[in-house]
Amino acid sequence: MRAPDETVIKAGQTLLSVENVSLSFGGVKAIRNVSFDIKKGEIRAIIGPNGAGKTSMLNVINGFYHPQEGEITFKGVKRKKMRPHDAATGGIARTFQNVALFKSMTTLDNIMAGRTLKMNKNFFWQLLRYGPAEQEEIQHRRKVEEIIDFLEIQHIRRVPVGRLPYGLQKRVELGRALAMEPELLLLDEPMAGMNLEEKEDMCRYVIDVNNHYGTTIALIEHDMGVVMDLANRVVVLDYGQKIADGTPDEVKADKAVIDAYLGVAH
Amino acid sequence: MAQDAVDKAVDTFPKFLLVNARERGHRPAIREKDLGIWQTWTWAQVKEEVKALALGLKELGVERGDKVAIIGSNKPRLYWSMCATQSIGGIPVPVYQDAVADEMAFVLAHAGAKVAIVENQEQVDKVLSISDRLPSITHVIYDEPRGLRDYDHTRLKWLNEIQDIGRKAMETKYSGDAWEKMIAEGKGSDIAVILYTSGTTGNPKGVMLTYESVVVSSRNANAFDNLTEKEEVIAYLPMAWVGDHIFSYAQSYVAGYTVNCPESPETIIEDRREIGTSYAFAPPRVYENLLTLTMVRMEDAGRVKRAMFHYFLGHARKWGEKILNKEPVPILARLIYWLGDILVYGPMKNRYGFTNVRVAYTAGEAIGPEIFRYYRSLGINLKQLYGQTEASVYITAQPDGEIYADTVGKPSPDVEIKIEQNGEVLFRSPGVFAGYYKDPDKTAETKTPDGWVKSGDAGFFDPKTGHLKIIDRAKDVGKLKDGTLFAPKYIENKLKFYPNIKEAVALGDKRDYVTVMLNIDLVSVGSWAERNNVIYGSYQELAAHPRVYEMLAEHVDEVNRSLSEEGPMAGAQIKRFLILHKELDADDGELTRTQKVRRGFIAERYGPLAEGLYNGAKEVDITTELTFEDGRKGNISARVRIQDMKTHPPAAAPMDKAA
Repeated sequence: MRAPDETVIKAGQTLLSVENVSLSFGGVKAIRNVSFDIKKGEIRAIIGPNGAGKTSMLNVINGFYHPQEGEITFKGVKRKKMRPHDAATGGIARTFQNVALFKSMTTLDNIMAGRTLKMNKNFFWQLLRYGPAEQEEIQHRRKVEEIIDFLEIQHIRRVPVGRLPYGLQKRVELGRALAMEPELLLLDEPMAGMNLEEKEDMCRYVIDVNNHYGTTIALIEHDMGVVMDLANRVVVLDYGQKIADGTPDEVKADKAVIDAYLGVAH
Repeated sequence: MAQDAVDKAVDTFPKFLLVNARERGHRPAIREKDLGIWQTWTWAQVKEEVKALALGLKELGVERGDKVAIIGSNKPRLYWSMCATQSIGGIPVPVYQDAVADEMAFVLAHAGAKVAIVENQEQVDKVLSISDRLPSITHVIYDEPRGLRDYDHTRLKWLNEIQDIGRKAMETKYSGDAWEKMIAEGKGSDIAVILYTSGTTGNPKGVMLTYESVVVSSRNANAFDNLTEKEEVIAYLPMAWVGDHIFSYAQSYVAGYTVNCPESPETIIEDRREIGTSYAFAPPRVYENLLTLTMVRMEDAGRVKRAMFHYFLGHARKWGEKILNKEPVPILARLIYWLGDILVYGPMKNRYGFTNVRVAYTAGEAIGPEIFRYYRSLGINLKQLYGQTEASVYITAQPDGEIYADTVGKPSPDVEIKIEQNGEVLFRSPGVFAGYYKDPDKTAETKTPDGWVKSGDAGFFDPKTGHLKIIDRAKDVGKLKDGTLFAPKYIENKLKFYPNIKEAVALGDKRDYVTVMLNIDLVSVGSWAERNNVIYGSYQELAAHPRVYEMLAEHVDEVNRSLSEEGPMAGAQIKRFLILHKELDADDGELTRTQKVRRGFIAERYGPLAEGLYNGAKEVDITTELTFEDGRKGNISARVRIQDMKTHPPAAAPMDKAA
């Protein structure tokens, strides 16, 4: 669904910008006056110590929280109060810090669920599962199979995700987000709790998604090595404020960041 | 006969492709599961694909006699690459896809490959990382474009592009039957393929096989088991291994049967079930794994199912083989077997993908008699064969109805066998290799001027059955200090028949007594640990657990008892053993690429442990370096306990079993 005054964004142009956004829960100020932008085609990392407001920031971007102040512009359109559903139809998909899949459904069904928004035939047709609805399902299934192939999870296609190891569940969750064919993909700590090998795999998938589908990615991550390898640009939050913004090398050398996040330099 | 004349004229695989495209053009030649669906190519379609690829390669500059390396898992387009190369007179050199960069560099440089056709980014990275050592390589062609978009494409090409080039050339330079003429230039005496053997010692050797050898072997094998164009096989073993080359390529082209490529290495069991293979081939390890998996799952099954499983399995053990061998069996036993087939055997065979299987082979290593009988009792015609790369596989095979768990069968058609004084098996056949590539010395060492090839294996003909029995590598059969015969593999195999033991390494040559190092099987022991509330955090911890030691000590004791009953082997009982803290791995050079243990290397690498086994130590500390798949190295250290064992007095009843 494209808003009428929406413009087509080319690679390198600003896809989403956050301007002077503040968010508070009662007396707690989660985000204070933060501004940054995400350019089309890049991998943008959001880092910061615990409680810095990173997840809140993602929740603001995908419309789950509504900031008290400030503006968010997505694809050239200033965003009014919106629901996550609108963000999803608008082309923003995300994964969660704690895996949020349908545990008793199979990998295939979970990823198919990601296609729900793309289904045009109404409930009645789908119940009938014949003719146009069948055609549509075949098309969607094809897309889903491409994603399964892409993420190399053919062997767990028919396994209920609740039975899978954590690393694979994360991959399925990424698959479900990809099924929405998003323009902007938000990943909340995609590598948390993984071992080295799983992390390396996940890094490769994130790079491949960016490379192959051209998807813009914003990710929260704690592992500095991962961030330095993956991200084109990094924004650093601390106590809800932005303390640095730039390339990984710039950020790494930033005095404020070293003090606040990385600890005193050794 | 006219048929013979036709047979003589069709002497290379590209020629077989033309025949198949003409005579059974509509029949499926190859399938691949992709995007969850089996995609099929008929022989006619394969011919077009191969043609486009062949002319594309020609345009890249591949000439008659040039080597083309093929690296990757079993994919239709890699098999086509093989035929495409052969059709323009090139020689395909399949390379083990899980080889680390150094190993690959040796093979590619030794073969002097001009072009490498590889599966995906992983292999492209590997080849590029060693490209400075490979001056002969002009192009690298990949099948799967994913992740390669931003690579420098001056020498890197997508396989589809090559085919497009070939199709263009078809309209201009090579119009009409130019390609068919190139094929006609190929002769049976040309080298068809160079297969590098993994080699238990030293560098791999390039075994050159002529079309004649491979075609004759394939023809004989097809006739031996009555294979037709209707067979379905699944291709999942390394393409660089002679077995896969013969079963999934040569025999398929000769008989015209269908080869199925699995979706991914993890889905083979499921894929095999969907296809229902009719002709199967696997090393014992695959059958072992299937059985272990079944047993583990049955432990978790409901009580009724478990009871049913054990009852009917018992019945099958008693009568199944007899029914399979068409021996007289009482009607009631048949009736119960029939019921069992509906309730247990049938569903299980379906799970294994063996519902339609007519012939299944195991080879490469000795198979546990229990495992062998298990499959046969279910009604699966599992047989053994003995083969080598140097023989285009077939040396001996078991004919239908003459199946024994401990023999490898009778000489295959056209094969002669003789046994040397020292027990070494020699063979001669039209299938034997032409020589090792660029290594006349090794060739002369192995192949006598009158065509006999030294197999390097020690064996003897069983007087009762007339079948060949293999005991060990000829050079590995050693002696203890007191002169007792020591056949390490014989002991190791006895140990490995226990599902809890994955690998065993026996030491003893020129020592006072026999000792072994064991690897636990993580699936089997892990499941046991779960059921017995044994808590562990890692492989290393589980391997060192006192109760695991206890359990394995029982197995070792049983092996000792069985050795004590085998006359000459009685003196070679196991005095001490230990459980290794890490799994033996081909990446660390401890196993060959075909997963055989490299005994000497292990004894050296785990020197302190080997020493400890003989100096009476109770515990030994060790630090081992290990290599990850990407070539990085790490260290693992552990304290390993050594357990003493009792030996049994030699049994009074002497067995006439030769060592």
